[in-house]
Amino acid sequence: MLQIRNLHASVDGKEILRGIDLDVNPGEVHAIMGPNGSGKSTLAQVLAGHEVYEVPEDQSTVTFLGENLLEMPAEERARLGLFLAFQYPVEIPGITNEYFLRAALNETRKSRGLEEFDAMDFRELLQEKMAHINIDPGFAERFVNHGFSGGEKKRNEILQLAVLEPRLAILDETDSGLDIDALRIVSEGVNKLRSPNRAFIVVTHYQRLLNYIVPDFVHVLVNGRIVKSGDKNLALELEEKGYDWVKETFAGATA
Amino acid sequence: MTTHTDNLETAKYTGTRVERSNQEVADLANRAYKYGWTTEIESETLEKGLNEEVIRQISEKKGEPEWMLAWRLKAYRHWRGMDPPTWAKVRYETPDFQDISYYSAPKKAPEKKSLDEVDPKLLETFEKLGIPLGEQKRLAGVAVDAVFDSVSVATTHKDILAKKGIIFCSISEALREHGELVRRYLGSVVPANDNFYAALNSAVFSDGSFVYIPRGVKCPMDLSTYFRINAQNTGQFERTLIIAEEGAEVSYLEGCTAPMRDENQLHAAVVELVAHKNATIRYATVQNWYAGDEEGRGGIFNFVTKRGACLGANARISWTQVETGSAITWKYPSCILKGDNSVGEFYSVAMTTGRQQADTGTKMLHLGKNTRSTIISKTISAGRSDNSYRGLVRVMPKAANARNYTQCDSLLLGSTCGAHTFPYIDVRNRTASVEHEASTSKISEDQLFYCQTRAIRPEDAISMVVNGFCKEVFDHLPMEFAVEATKLLGVSLEGSVG
Ligand SMILES: Nc1ncnc2c1ncn2[C@@H]1O[C@H](COP(=O)(O)OP(=O)(O)OP(=O)(O)O)[C@@H](O)[C@H]1O
Ligand SMILES: [Mg+2]
Repeated sequence: MLQIRNLHASVDGKEILRGIDLDVNPGEVHAIMGPNGSGKSTLAQVLAGHEVYEVPEDQSTVTFLGENLLEMPAEERARLGLFLAFQYPVEIPGITNEYFLRAALNETRKSRGLEEFDAMDFRELLQEKMAHINIDPGFAERFVNHGFSGGEKKRNEILQLAVLEPRLAILDETDSGLDIDALRIVSEGVNKLRSPNRAFIVVTHYQRLLNYIVPDFVHVLVNGRIVKSGDKNLALELEEKGYDWVKETFAGATA
Repeated sequence: MTTHTDNLETAKYTGTRVERSNQEVADLANRAYKYGWTTEIESETLEKGLNEEVIRQISEKKGEPEWMLAWRLKAYRHWRGMDPPTWAKVRYETPDFQDISYYSAPKKAPEKKSLDEVDPKLLETFEKLGIPLGEQKRLAGVAVDAVFDSVSVATTHKDILAKKGIIFCSISEALREHGELVRRYLGSVVPANDNFYAALNSAVFSDGSFVYIPRGVKCPMDLSTYFRINAQNTGQFERTLIIAEEGAEVSYLEGCTAPMRDENQLHAAVVELVAHKNATIRYATVQNWYAGDEEGRGGIFNFVTKRGACLGANARISWTQVETGSAITWKYPSCILKGDNSVGEFYSVAMTTGRQQADTGTKMLHLGKNTRSTIISKTISAGRSDNSYRGLVRVMPKAANARNYTQCDSLLLGSTCGAHTFPYIDVRNRTASVEHEASTSKISEDQLFYCQTRAIRPEDAISMVVNGFCKEVFDHLPMEFAVEATKLLGVSLEGSVG
């Protein structure tokens, strides 16, 4: 579904991603861990199509559902089925969640030649989705992330995920800032959205999330490179030994 | 107190997307002007120039009472001794007042308007503007007075309104048929010598609407006037007078467009509102005069005096305006809060693109006890435009417990536009409370990218952010107008809002 080959990315000449390879297949959950500043969010943003990052297209390739992702503007990637849950979701005052989500869903449907939802039908759909993943129905009428607490913003991202039904969802630290109950609600939501044809890339600092959302693969990102990959046990090992362990053991990667 | 953001100097930028968005907004604004065509119609136009003889001719053409001519001439004599205002933050060449024609009317305009007598071309014109006037097609929920250049060509639903004792007609007709009412109120809120442009209007005003709502009557439908400038080298000087007797209620809407022409055209209107005890007047404007081209050629000079007086206790006047057109806007819809507990409101969205300049705001004059006023101003500036909010809140010594809340928000698109806020506060009663909040923001890269990751194109994202920014004001517009305003700001999200 997603093939990343030798992905480099830089900002103002400063290289942040330094050759990433990753394959994600439908149904899989990949966890990405790594110290602060190692490039996790950058990877997520580059995949989603943020234009501030320069990617050398002669070296790097990213293929998503058979399409050359790097050529597409962000909105087309989204229409194709890529979703990013932001580490820091953005506020849009004056626009209700309901309005925003209907616009988003209809753009996607339009691009696929599907019929658009009218206001009534969409309201029904939204209420269903909110009930399904245990989200306060009041979210529909609130302005997009405006005045939301940190935890509410994260839950709102999961609501968007549920409505937009992407093929690949990248969750950037969706667990940070959540209290224990919210963490459970969010991970249950994600688990309900797991399916054989949907994949997840979950960026997290905490092994705890991975008790709820059990990954098929764990990758450790240090200094712009994946220095180690393994199964869910790698997360436990990391938790126990800390990042210094990876940095020392795989010293070459930090050079 | 003056806060000032000159984006030319202070803006800092990352990335190019917002620059691009700037262009997109300009494109949207240009695309939005779909009213730039002209109607080929035979008109009777007065020779250019202004003197007492011209005023006599206007008055005669309109078959006005003697007192009206005298009033006009007095205004004219005042005007001759006055200078154009220079304090607004707008730059333009003062029009040559002798190079303008002060009256232009379609030749076939009927004296007594029944629709069959109206030139079909005029009906077509308004239909093309989205204002059908014919019996079958006319808008159901709103009565319309259609003004073409200097004359009102038709007013719909007059019969239904008449049953309730409501008078809704052109001011010319009102002068002929309800002369005493007009005489009592004309100039009572905006005196003929109030300011340069109001004096000019008082001398030469051609047509406009007159509304009278009798005691205790709630107007059963919205009333609306649609102003269309068609003729070249003419000015439009309309005069609107709305009177709500004790306990009456009315909601009034005003729309306007003009053809695209290379010369500037002058539009100097006066609007007076009178609300007696317990009366409510809501006045909404969507102003979309031609704004000129990207180089700043052409466009309407929109120099307007709008003022309402809450004469009795508990009266309420609410101004809502969406200003997107005109090369220059100079306009301060104001409230005189004389009755105790009376309420004044001003909700405004002013958007400038290209080379447009807007200096707009309000005056709230608190005279009575417990008077309250609210000011919500949203300005959006793009291109190389300049957009200023200018507002005065004055609390007089007898206005115990007067309250004002003012909020001025500016949104900047791009790095070459300017947004300015000039709030003047003058409080002469210690029990008064006056609150002022201001903010300046930009559409951020982050907002655009966030929308894009949700499948929304950047140009739609801009519309969405702008629309959200204006929400508090749009909420005060009647439904159809809110939709129109949303479209005007280039919001392309279809479907029924809400
Ligand atoms: N737009 C940008 N401009 C400048 N530097 C950037 C930009 N984006 C990322 N960086 C830098 O790249 C590095 C990686 O940042 P990134 O946000 O990807 O880290 P992260 O792994 O997500 O960290 P955290 O765990 O703290 O979220 C950091 O040094 C950061 O400052
Ligand atoms: Mg991060």
